[in-house]
Amino acid sequence: MTNISMMTFNILSILPILILAGFGMIVLLLDVLTSRRLGEKNLLAYVSLTGIVIAAIFARNPTGTTLFSFNETFTIDNYSLFFNFIFLLSTGLTILISHSYIKREEINYGEYYALLLFSTIGMMLMAAGADLLNIYVGLEVMSISIYILTGFKRSKLVSNEASLKYFLLGAFATGFLLYGISVIYGSTGTINLKQIAGFIAGKGGISDPLLLMGMGLIIIGLGFKVASVPFHAWVPDVYEGAPTAITAFMSVGPKAAAFAAFLRIFMTAFGSAHYEWQKIIFILAVLTMTVGNIVAIAQTNIKRMLAYSSIAHAGYLLIALVAANDMGVSGTLFYILAYTFMNIGAFAIVIVLSHKGDEFIQINDYAGLGFKHPLLAIAMTLFMLSMAGVPPMAGFVGKFYIFSAAIKSGYVGLAVIGVVNSVISVYYYLRITVIMYMRESNREFTPLTISPLIVAAIVISVFGTLQLGIFPSKIMEIAHQATFLLK
Amino acid sequence: MPILSLITFLPIVGVFFILSMDSKRSELIRVTALLVSIVVFFISLPLYFTFDAHTYEMQFVEKLQWIPSFGVHYHVGIDGISLFLILLTTFITPISILASWHITKNVKEYMVAMLVLETGMVGVFISLDVFLFYVFWELMLIPMYLLIGIWGGPRRIYAAVKFFIYTMAGSVFMLLAIIALYFLNHRATGEYTFNLLEFYRLDLSFAVQFWLFLAFAFAFAIKVPMFPFHTWLPDAHVEAPTAGSVILAGVLLKMGTYGFVRFCLPLFPEASHTFIPVISWMAIVGIIYGGLVSMVQDDLKKLVAYSSVSHLGFVMLGIFAFNIQGIEGGITQMINHGLSTGALFLIVGMLYERRHTRMIADFGGLTKQLPVFATFFLIVTLSSIGLPGLNGFVGEFLILVGTFKSRILYASIATSGIILAAVYMLWMFQRVMFQEITHEENKTLKDINKREFAILIPIMLTIFWIGIYPNSFLRKMDASVNHLLKQVGEKANVASRVHKPKKSGQLQKNVIPKIDIVPECRTEW
Repeated sequence: MTNISMMTFNILSILPILILAGFGMIVLLLDVLTSRRLGEKNLLAYVSLTGIVIAAIFARNPTGTTLFSFNETFTIDNYSLFFNFIFLLSTGLTILISHSYIKREEINYGEYYALLLFSTIGMMLMAAGADLLNIYVGLEVMSISIYILTGFKRSKLVSNEASLKYFLLGAFATGFLLYGISVIYGSTGTINLKQIAGFIAGKGGISDPLLLMGMGLIIIGLGFKVASVPFHAWVPDVYEGAPTAITAFMSVGPKAAAFAAFLRIFMTAFGSAHYEWQKIIFILAVLTMTVGNIVAIAQTNIKRMLAYSSIAHAGYLLIALVAANDMGVSGTLFYILAYTFMNIGAFAIVIVLSHKGDEFIQINDYAGLGFKHPLLAIAMTLFMLSMAGVPPMAGFVGKFYIFSAAIKSGYVGLAVIGVVNSVISVYYYLRITVIMYMRESNREFTPLTISPLIVAAIVISVFGTLQLGIFPSKIMEIAHQATFLLK
Repeated sequence: MPILSLITFLPIVGVFFILSMDSKRSELIRVTALLVSIVVFFISLPLYFTFDAHTYEMQFVEKLQWIPSFGVHYHVGIDGISLFLILLTTFITPISILASWHITKNVKEYMVAMLVLETGMVGVFISLDVFLFYVFWELMLIPMYLLIGIWGGPRRIYAAVKFFIYTMAGSVFMLLAIIALYFLNHRATGEYTFNLLEFYRLDLSFAVQFWLFLAFAFAFAIKVPMFPFHTWLPDAHVEAPTAGSVILAGVLLKMGTYGFVRFCLPLFPEASHTFIPVISWMAIVGIIYGGLVSMVQDDLKKLVAYSSVSHLGFVMLGIFAFNIQGIEGGITQMINHGLSTGALFLIVGMLYERRHTRMIADFGGLTKQLPVFATFFLIVTLSSIGLPGLNGFVGEFLILVGTFKSRILYASIATSGIILAAVYMLWMFQRVMFQEITHEENKTLKDINKREFAILIPIMLTIFWIGIYPNSFLRKMDASVNHLLKQVGEKANVASRVHKPKKSGQLQKNVIPKIDIVPECRTEW
């Protein structure tokens, strides 16, 4: 790291990031230029969406080979491109579901969209980072934007509490991560993932306790970001306190980014030492699934229930990491994409059904929905069944993928724990449908805040959930190609 | 003509028609659903007439790529074993829809659920790709769950959730076993596929067979349901609407027994042999227990529900006799149980519609008021008991012959189940239909109407047909069952030469084998 040079700068590699940054600035400028009348803020949503679409168009790699940039600290390969797609999709869907929500909650400020775009930049940096420091910078860019977004309902106490809690604990976690990075640098003399891998391979495994400690610290830091047990304590409160649209975003985008970094660091840098970390991740996976699912059963608030369910889903994803094979990687990619659709879809419906000030977000408020608003109820049922892993929905194929990866690597026991957990999860996902269809309603459902944008988000989510469930092969192929370059 | 796909997906087409209709026009929705299901039935009839009984090969096969990266195909086909189960499904569905005419709450959603259910059920019986099988297996859970939970009785939510979770709990282990088979097959042949016919050729070690058999058997035993896993059944039956009960008893339970015949026996023959005592005793306990519990029920529907446990015990006993009589008897009994128990639920439903009670004590002396109804009821009761000349006799007789040939003890104990059946059924009939009328309300009951007549007549005809000329059914399954026995026998022999279980047919104690799915494709990272 003595001579930092910009020799291998490649504009193509960071073009989508530049586009998003540019649009973020434009949004901030427009916000200043337009007055605070509600109508004109609509423009900001559309501008941000345009930015997302343009970034998505340029988020490709025409050369077909891995592009390195910035002295091999930044890389564009199929893996990061797939994740970029997930990030852009989740941000795009979030903007769609936010538009009417932030108006209703009277937090319709332009920074909202800009921060969403900036956090997406952080995620893209994380997925594409080829050295530890770059991943760290990406993580911070993402996190800081989200800390602010969490507290965006600044007049609401819960929102402030959530933001502060998330910030303090998040600062701790990134501290661990940074400490781990410095320890690894001390031990190996490099922060480049490939070079770390080379160092470990040269030694024939991890013998240095310092390196082992660094690895452990990174697991803690990233474990916090993916919300794995026992680093999950922040999740329920933060998810509950944050604006609902941000909760949806948080449970998908940042989590996907953390998994992107997790997989890349452990598959590339520590790949040859997988026996060292598989045991730890094994335990984390079991704890995460089990605690997430069991605690979710007891929840009465749908945001909290979805928070715990997202913890459980992180557990399933950790199974794929334990499997440590190419099926595990492509399974993770597929699962996160499926989860993006079904989870944001579910949150979109939560937003539609709730009233100003987060009224009507108790699960019991959904009683009788099934026959009052049949389409919304069917969509919600699809998302819930998909999360429970019932075919022919996306969640089933994702789980199938991940359990296959585990069995392929010989982790039959872990797969058994996984399926037992998904049976437990059936109970609370099913409860939503029970309440929607089999209980009499106890409240008026009208008027609902249904805007065309949120309808678009729900339709896209339903389509994605079914498409990935019934005709998954296309995405599977792409996910599979994304795994080659990690080797 | 892709006749199997047509049967499977035509109900879905019907669903789209119904979805486009105004939910206030319930009559139109009902008629559409009925018409669709009748058309499906008539399309399925040629399966019987053009079915070639001389071969065990799968017929009417269709195979298309579905998920190439996983080697999943849309691969369907039938043989003599699945043929009648499909016909049973397409036969029962229109009857159930006709029996749901009195449903007035959310007719549209109800009929959609019924038709989706039909797709799921037919799909389970025709799938030759194990992945596809699993998808249909789970798919059919959702509409059944909604049928019980929305249109069911007072404890419907409890029953619906219990039904769903029990079945799901069993099937996820099956999912793992399927994945394991997939990798084992890849290790053996180098090909990634879920083709069941390919899996049949696998030569699995006893240890692997042992665990995979357990995983599959767990899923199927819950579905059958076999004795200790049966507790969801009475709840589901009692709470489900009449049509739900009919389909549950008529078709859904058969998926468990069908699973044993289609998957457990041919895939894991040696393990199946080892498990004969376990499964047989579970079946026998089910037969006796189901009979005894039926006897003391005061709710008609509960009585019929517990009698299912007993009847399905017979089916399992027959299948695990491992000879042609036993297995053919088992398959025949699946059909018979579908018809007679289905009819019993219909009859109980008719009584309930008239009196809004199912308590035996609330009836008595109905014969005088409902002579035609009484005739039908009696025929069904006798068919369920197994009176010669009616369908029930054929199945039970074959099962007992088969069991007697392989194990006299089992057969002799199981026979007492038939006596129990006579006791609880006839006693029930006596208390409901004979004796004096003790309740004033029963004096004004109306005899059966045209719609109910139309529901029962087809079932009666089939009951007599199977009873009098069973050969028209049995000969269609001969080739397939013979082939199944050959598969089971040959593979078990090959396996036992390699592993030599100490005493064939006995569970080896102290030797719980370990599964050895070695990490095979660990990639270099």
